[in-house]
Amino acid sequence: MSPTFNPRARNFTDDYVLVEKFCLKKYEFSHGDVVVFCSPSNHKEKHIKRIIALPGDWIGTTHNSHDDVLKVPKGHCWVEGDNSASSMDSRSFGPIPLGLVKGRVTHVVWPPQRIGLVERVFPQERVSSFK
Amino acid sequence: MRLLSYMGQWKSAAKEVLDRTAIVAKFLCLLHVTNNYLCSPTLVYGPSMLPTLNLTGDVVLAEHVSHRIGKVGTGDVVLVRSPVDPRRILTKRVVGMEGDTVSFYVDPMYSQTTVVPKGHVWIQGDNTYASSDSRHFGSVPYGLIQGKVFFRVWPPDGFGTLEQ
Repeated sequence: MSPTFNPRARNFTDDYVLVEKFCLKKYEFSHGDVVVFCSPSNHKEKHIKRIIALPGDWIGTTHNSHDDVLKVPKGHCWVEGDNSASSMDSRSFGPIPLGLVKGRVTHVVWPPQRIGLVERVFPQERVSSFK
Repeated sequence: MRLLSYMGQWKSAAKEVLDRTAIVAKFLCLLHVTNNYLCSPTLVYGPSMLPTLNLTGDVVLAEHVSHRIGKVGTGDVVLVRSPVDPRRILTKRVVGMEGDTVSFYVDPMYSQTTVVPKGHVWIQGDNTYASSDSRHFGSVPYGLIQGKVFFRVWPPDGFGTLEQ
């Protein structure tokens, strides 16, 4: 998730973030939310990625150098890391059920010089939602 | 003089209110921890687990320890968060773990065989004719399992552990 978190490799300390769990009452997320979720291939691992597409959206991906458009199924979401060069995300394991999401990241709380809100940004040109 | 005695009464009343509130707060915290991390009663209803669970609703006890330490296996009745709607919790039986080969009937003539991927489980309702489960939405990630059902509390004639 560089440069949003841990912008420089081998820093003295890792970033610490605040994760809010109130979103788990209704499971309503927005495009660009950074979330913590259990890995679909190993329930003991937790990953932190950004939600790019919500249920019902069409997302453009590149699979084996072919451009593809996928529809995110009901109850699932498409997550991607900000550092697309080295990120294990929905481009490898597909859309994940929203039930795996364990919280939403709102702020960076450590180190002190990086304290601040985590912005909600996403590549609008790759997602289209027809509602 | 009367002001001083009033203040004394208020202080002791305030102390008693705080003590009682502290007891209630501690009880609620203990209840929250037990319900989420140890054992909780759940009302389950629907036709998909007949004849194991009744149509009109059973109160069952589900424990939330086994799935965290990886002790959920084939044949267990589990509470699973629906992959189609994260606000709903389903009650199904685990029929296959990761790596298992599962065969199921798509329609009465054709059966299909799939291998359960790593980190996933295959869940089915005992009443295959009226159950929406892995035969429709595929294997579900193990992380969606919320707890394992091990005991039935209501109705009284069904009191006890569930049959396999």
